[in-house]
Amino acid sequence: MTHIAKPRFRHPKLPVNALGFTRRDYEGAVSTLCAGCGHDSISGAIIQACFELDLPPHRLAKLSGIGCSSKTPTYFLGNSHGFNSVHGRMPSVLTGANLANRDLVYLGVSGDGDSASIGLGQFAHCLRRGVDMVYIVENNGVYGLTKGQFSATADQGAKDRRGGANPDAAVDLPSLALLMGATFVARSFSGDKAQLVPLIKAAMRHRGAAFIDCISPCVAFNNHAGSTKSFDFVREHNEAVNFLDVFTGRDEITADYEEGTVQEIVQHDGSVLRLKKLGADYDATDPVAALAYLQSHQTAGEVVTGLIHVKAAAEDLHARMETVEAPLSSLDEAELCPGADALAAINAALR
Amino acid sequence: MATFDVPEDEAASSDHPGRAISGPGMAPTDVRDPNYFHKVVDCQWACPAHTPVPEYIRLIAQERYSDAYIVNWRSNVFPGILGRTCDRPCEPACRRGRVEAEPVAICRLKRVAADYKDDIEGRLPRAPEAPNGKRIALVGAGPASLTVARDLAPLGYELVLFDGEAKGGGMIRSQIPRFRLPESVIDEELGYIYGIGGIETRYGERVESLKGLLAEGFDAVFVGTGAPRGRDLDVPGRREAADNIHIGIDWLANVAFGHVDRIGERVIVLGGGNTAMDCCRTARRLGGKEVHVVVRSGFEEMKASPWEKEDAMHEGIPIHNFLTPKAFTHEAGRLTGVLFEKVAPQFDDNGRRRLVPTGEPDLHMPCDDVLVAIGQENAFPWIERDIGLDFDEWDMPKVDSTTHQSTLPGVFFGGDAAFGPKNIIWAVAHGHEAAISIDLHCRGEDISQRPPPLVNLASQKMGLHEWSYDNAISEDQRYQVPWRDQAITLNDVSAEVELGFDRDLAFRETQRCLNCDVQTVFTDSLCIECDACVDICPVDCITFTGNGPEMELRQRLNAPADNPEQDLYVSGELKTGRIMVKDEDICLHCGLCAERCPTGAWDMQKFLLDMAHATDQPACRR
Ligand SMILES: Cc1cc2nc3c(=O)[nH]c(=O)nc-3n(C[C@H](O)[C@H](O)[C@H](O)COP(=O)(O)OP(=O)(O)OC[C@H]3O[C@@H](n4cnc5c(N)ncnc54)[C@H](O)[C@@H]3O)c2cc1C
Ligand SMILES: Cc1ncc(C[n+]2csc(CCOP(=O)(O)OP(=O)(O)O)c2C)c(N)n1
Ligand code: SF4
Ligand code: SF4
Ligand code: SF4
Ligand SMILES: [Mg+2]
Repeated sequence: MTHIAKPRFRHPKLPVNALGFTRRDYEGAVSTLCAGCGHDSISGAIIQACFELDLPPHRLAKLSGIGCSSKTPTYFLGNSHGFNSVHGRMPSVLTGANLANRDLVYLGVSGDGDSASIGLGQFAHCLRRGVDMVYIVENNGVYGLTKGQFSATADQGAKDRRGGANPDAAVDLPSLALLMGATFVARSFSGDKAQLVPLIKAAMRHRGAAFIDCISPCVAFNNHAGSTKSFDFVREHNEAVNFLDVFTGRDEITADYEEGTVQEIVQHDGSVLRLKKLGADYDATDPVAALAYLQSHQTAGEVVTGLIHVKAAAEDLHARMETVEAPLSSLDEAELCPGADALAAINAALR
Repeated sequence: MATFDVPEDEAASSDHPGRAISGPGMAPTDVRDPNYFHKVVDCQWACPAHTPVPEYIRLIAQERYSDAYIVNWRSNVFPGILGRTCDRPCEPACRRGRVEAEPVAICRLKRVAADYKDDIEGRLPRAPEAPNGKRIALVGAGPASLTVARDLAPLGYELVLFDGEAKGGGMIRSQIPRFRLPESVIDEELGYIYGIGGIETRYGERVESLKGLLAEGFDAVFVGTGAPRGRDLDVPGRREAADNIHIGIDWLANVAFGHVDRIGERVIVLGGGNTAMDCCRTARRLGGKEVHVVVRSGFEEMKASPWEKEDAMHEGIPIHNFLTPKAFTHEAGRLTGVLFEKVAPQFDDNGRRRLVPTGEPDLHMPCDDVLVAIGQENAFPWIERDIGLDFDEWDMPKVDSTTHQSTLPGVFFGGDAAFGPKNIIWAVAHGHEAAISIDLHCRGEDISQRPPPLVNLASQKMGLHEWSYDNAISEDQRYQVPWRDQAITLNDVSAEVELGFDRDLAFRETQRCLNCDVQTVFTDSLCIECDACVDICPVDCITFTGNGPEMELRQRLNAPADNPEQDLYVSGELKTGRIMVKDEDICLHCGLCAERCPTGAWDMQKFLLDMAHATDQPACRR
């Protein structure tokens, strides 16, 4: 961590967005993480994405569990709502918050320990339910905060700092997310903002459960030779399936591409995801093929990144539950509690 | 290659920094070239004498005023004088002015060092017991000659200082009004130079012939006679009203030496330079109630420094522009006023400006006295033209801009006499260079072989996130130097207007300095491209991207680098094939990049550059 506050001086030519904010207006307190921690870069990418999407900071809620990764919401979006919950319990708190006020943008920030170890059940269920959110796991393969024990995402055979190999099979979060019916699944790398920022933007513009597994090297405990979550390993084995450009209402959709080289997906809010295919002919709209692709390429030792799957016409928890359009938090007591007569009528209907 | 493949068209797109682009790229920056980091220290680079500004500002912050004074004294010889009067080219250059509204008050902090220092005389050099046997004549005792004397006296030279006036100091004493510079400060700082020893002052003795002087057998002659002639204005009425029309610099000298102590109530000052500003403010103190400055050009183009104009206006002196004097009006041999033609700027195809009459009726401004301050000229009536010392078409001596030697070996020029009127700090810089040349000349060495500056680069790292400099950035605005009450200053021509910073204000002003000499030094082999520095940098200086030609590269950095005056710091190729590019332009030198770097690829290193001075040359070379 640093001893001085980040100076408020900014580049005089720093661009402003439609709300008149600069990127720096989306920052938070200065980070207390280790210098070079991948998590800080992800914070930087979230800041950039929110700036580019012209998000009003007070319309966003960031929720997290426990871990270095879960500490990061303090370091971005200093003017947004925040909730730092219990270890592995962010998904249920987020689900509750989303039920109460469907008008906010929800950003869940978690770690691989928080989501794949202690919180695996909560992780699976909130994706199943289609909670409208962006769920980012800052995945370093270890419990950083408690000094680097292997987490459930550590690859079998990966080495710890002393050379000891991990004996257990790894939980592959994107595969699990596909199985749970998540309608937006991506993987990226903290060291590649050019890939990560558009993915976060697209996820924020997605209706339904959007999950991003972001490999984020822990420079203190998992960035050595033999680690499969180090800067060097990820850079050497990175297999991107596509490159994403996001066009929101404000942007002009530019340039034409050759037939078959791009896939364009229009999300429910009109945002256009243009996926430039890289290498193999990859179809991000087919979850079954995606799962097979993930499995086969990961077996070959590759780290598959990019937008793995997206279902444009997704529905969310509120649609499934047929809740009212107005956020529950905006309803008054009379509307929320229609009284004993109404209850009696409901009960009668169920008899 | 570690980054994924990108199609050709994508590769060249500026939206995706980090993708390699084809074409010739920039070569890695060679930080061993002393000019590279020197240029980053904007103030020091801009200072003609290359004073290590941030170094002395830090010493002031530590209340080490004497040390701060000595740092200045070594570089610029007259810290107390310059701290009140310097033209301060460092301030418009100061990086702080590119980050917020105003630069650091570099000049007034120099005065702080002079005001609060202890007795420093014991720390000054002394002439050796045994002189080295060489005699040097210095003609004119202005700042240029005095600098030569200071640099050469400790080496055992015998210096003979001639001046037509009764005291030394040149225009510092004869021109700069006392309300800007008390005489005691001049006496003190000249005293430090005389105190070195080996300096004979022959004041009151004007040199009337260079030929004659050379015949006295000096080993070298330095000409520091300034630009002593004030330009006159030859328009109708000039001769008839002569009694009340004064040449600005002569009039100021007469005030400085006590020969003039009154002026009429209504005064017009013609001219827009600093001399005009001194004239009008002096007139205001000698009985001038309605003092007006009139310039031919526009207000913005006036030669006077912005702060001089402000000071004049603050004293109730209006400045009128776009008026060309046409005639002095007079009645019965007495000046009654000045007639002006109204003009307006007109630009030709080459963008050159001409002032053309607007055709409006002329303007008559009544007055009792006129001060003409429209420029200064050199004059060398005492230098014979047949002694091998060549003059150019403008009747200026031909002087080498590096060695300061004329076409007559052993005769050197500096200060306003060398290349026309400039200012004190340029006179000092010339003096240093001429002293080096004179020393080399007297030792029979090649004067074109200039000694290099002394350069030192040292890490400031003390602990994990601790630096031996104060890297926190103060967000304070520039502090105003307190002024003496106008009721006093406007009635006493020698009451100093500025009171100087007190210690507390001075400390707060020092904190605005960004320590631009503490350099961000990058070691490519240590970088793991984790982006930590990019994310933390408050001013978006750092980008990791594909290499490319400089102008193209400048446009696709995280923030556009559109100040070509400031360099790009470029690394060698990194593991991903990208390079690190840092735009030096508005780096705050906050050290956060180095604090966030997990591998020490970034380090904060203090760059200290001391210009070579004759005094410091190794003894064996004498
Ligand atoms: C009104 C006014 C205000 C100024 N204010 C400032 C200011 O605030 N800050 C600043 O930086 N600069 C200022 N300047 C400019 C500055 O004073 C000069 O640039 C500087 O003094 C030049 O120094 P110098 O050593 O070349 O010679 P000068 O200071 O001009 O000294 C030359 C000396 O040589 C002597 N001399 C000339 N001919 C002979 C001879 N033949 N024999 C013997 N002696 C001779 C003269 O008597 C004089 O003393 C001002 C100038 C003027 C006119
Ligand atoms: C209920 C509970 N069990 C255990 C812990 C101890 N603990 C704190 S953080 C952490 C692991 C965090 O790992 P991860 O989510 O990967 O975060 P990282 O620090 O790696 O970013 C553990 C086990 C706890 N705080 N609470
Ligand atoms: S321990 Fe690891 S995860 Fe935690 S802050 Fe340090 S580098 Fe980041
Ligand atoms: S901020 Fe300080 S070091 Fe930088 S240019 Fe200004 S005075 Fe010099
Ligand atoms: S010192 Fe480093 S972090 Fe600070 S402004 Fe300069 S480049 Fe940016
Ligand atoms: Mg972890």
